Amino acid sequence: MLLIINGKARSFDATNFSVAHLVKSLDLEGKRLAIECNGEIVPRSQFADTQLADGDKLEIVGAVGGG
Amino acid sequence: MSDLLKIADKTYHSRLLVGTGKYQDFAQTRAAIDASGAEIITVAIRRTNIGQTAGEPSLLDFLPPEEFTYLPNTAGCYSADEAVRTLRLARELLDGHKLVKLEVLGDPNTLYPNMIETIAAAKTLVKDGFDVMVYCSDDPIIAKQLEEIGCCAVMPLASLIGSGMGILNPWNLQIIIANANIPVLVDAGVGTASDAAIAMELGCQGVLMNTAIAAARDPVLMAGAMKKAVEAGRDAYLAGRMPKKLYSASPSSPTAGLIA
Repeated sequence: MLLIINGKARSFDATNFSVAHLVKSLDLEGKRLAIECNGEIVPRSQFADTQLADGDKLEIVGAVGGG
Repeated sequence: MSDLLKIADKTYHSRLLVGTGKYQDFAQTRAAIDASGAEIITVAIRRTNIGQTAGEPSLLDFLPPEEFTYLPNTAGCYSADEAVRTLRLARELLDGHKLVKLEVLGDPNTLYPNMIETIAAAKTLVKDGFDVMVYCSDDPIIAKQLEEIGCCAVMPLASLIGSGMGILNPWNLQIIIANANIPVLVDAGVGTASDAAIAMELGCQGVLMNTAIAAARDPVLMAGAMKKAVEAGRDAYLAGRMPKKLYSASPSSPTAGLIA
């Protein structure tokens, strides 16, 4: 399955792949982040129940210094 | 009686709001923010570095959201749509946090705000339940429209972001302040402590700055200077300055009892 994550294509060798699986496979578990899939927010409470599909576009963001 | 800043039903002792960008490292960021006494700090929302950040400290480790009121911004957004998406992500990131700083830029050279896009974003965000503090031009009509849309504070620029040019149009700021029923804060353009004091003497409810502190030779010392300047300017505003006169016919020392 090919996903576009933060503008970059990444392939994952999996079926039944949820946002929770993605977070784990990117080594982002426990980090404070927010995720948008195809322009829609995926609430943290729904990471496990949100299945990803080939071609999904994801934005994964955090807070950084800024003015 | 304590003089508190009230924004969207929450009160703050400090009228100095600071950014968290452009510092050498997180330790300096923290030290400067402590010296500033700021309770509200702005943060930017950016793509997470994937595959390189495991175990690396983050801004939130140095500035825990439990200790400060975070003000996520939309810096770098050039359209209403980008700004709204960014702040929806920020709300999710910060567990439903509603207070945000909206800025929609119009041009990468000046970072001057695009007020048409800003107004469009403000309408959407207010409808969506956000408490919107909005960065804006110093146009009194625009400022009033942003208030009518339901923004909780308007934040006109003193001068361009990062310019350090100080307050270029105190007259417009005074008109905005006189007409506003919501807090007016100066955001952007403050260069040194006297600029912050002048903003407060004009009647601003607060000042937001980043570069003036972070780009000083000694950011921590400047942060303390800004704290004092904002407090001094506020007190001077509340005290009510003497009227300006070309010259005074009333000396401060007694006219009687002079030696002859």
